[in-house]
Amino acid sequence: MSFLTLANAANPLEARRAFLGKSGLLLSGTAVALMAGRDALAAQAGKSAESDVRVLNSALGAELEAIAAYQVGAESGLLQKPVLDLAVTFQGHHKEHADVLSKTIVKLGGKPVAAKPRYTFPTDTLKNQADVLRFAASLEKGAVSAYLGAVPVFGNRDLAKAAASILGDEAMHWAILRNALGEAPVPAAFMA
Amino acid sequence: MKALAFLVAGAALALAAGAAPAADPAAGEAIYARCLACHALAYDRTGPRHCGLFGRRAGSVAGFAYSEAMKRSKIVWNGKTLDRFLANPMAAVPGTAMGYAGVTDRQERADLIAYLERENRSAACRK
Ligand code: HEC
Repeated sequence: MSFLTLANAANPLEARRAFLGKSGLLLSGTAVALMAGRDALAAQAGKSAESDVRVLNSALGAELEAIAAYQVGAESGLLQKPVLDLAVTFQGHHKEHADVLSKTIVKLGGKPVAAKPRYTFPTDTLKNQADVLRFAASLEKGAVSAYLGAVPVFGNRDLAKAAASILGDEAMHWAILRNALGEAPVPAAFMA
Repeated sequence: MKALAFLVAGAALALAAGAAPAADPAAGEAIYARCLACHALAYDRTGPRHCGLFGRRAGSVAGFAYSEAMKRSKIVWNGKTLDRFLANPMAAVPGTAMGYAGVTDRQERADLIAYLERENRSAACRK
């Protein structure tokens, strides 16, 4: 049973049935192994669901901005291969995160925030590849912290687990971007 | 995980035992990196801009779509109210759209607020 499948299920009952019926099968076949347990949406009524939706929506807002930021980076002409390919790959991950977050918000009865028509980026300070990489790294590091700050506040433990799974992905982005900058890829034993 | 909790608790105790060290804006800048998925000083993102924060009524940046909870909170931002909010945003303003656990360490919060204060005095924030 994946987070993704849960998000796709038409109603909570179906989500639960999907979990009970096909979890093993789906698990092995799912690229994003964002796992949710059997009580995933069962206890999701009232205040706790509303609060979880708010947390998911602020994460979604940040993911949508990251997608736009990577687009600006990719189109800037400042990135050379293979760094350009990295940026496109990472943007793809953010698109997958946004997709899963937004489907889960709908599933919980919420309304996903939409991408803004335009975003402000500090483009006047982005003059070369290193500037773009440093900017992307600051967003990825921020994303790790944001998910870290989301994990303990979810009412639903399965959403916390899913957020932790995304957190791991963002942390890898951060490390690779630092590595591409010639910085120590993993500068510390803990993230904050 | 236990070890981590122990470590963190130990650090907190050590801090509580000694006199509170002065707030350090340079250390606060590193703490502010945690906010950079959603905030910038000079422009609105997922969260509102932080330039002009001190003395501002919560939820009052024109054009930013705040939660009703934040708009109705009647908070005016200063060192004290920021300290309370940042310790546990979702408890301080129930219903806030800032879905974030907060900065639980007192010293880290003091440093962070000192950084925000310093930046608010900077030319970049004043223009
Ligand atoms: C996941 C995204 C996210 C993260 C991470 C985040 N914030 Fe926020 N912040 C928001 C949102 C969204 C709002 C608007 C809240 C509302 O309307 O209820 C906000 C509001 C605020 C406000 C109130 C501003 C005003 O104009 O009234 C302050 C102060 C603030 N954040 C400080 C911080 C600091 C400092 C950090 C880092 C420790 C941080 N935030 C981390 C999303 C975030």
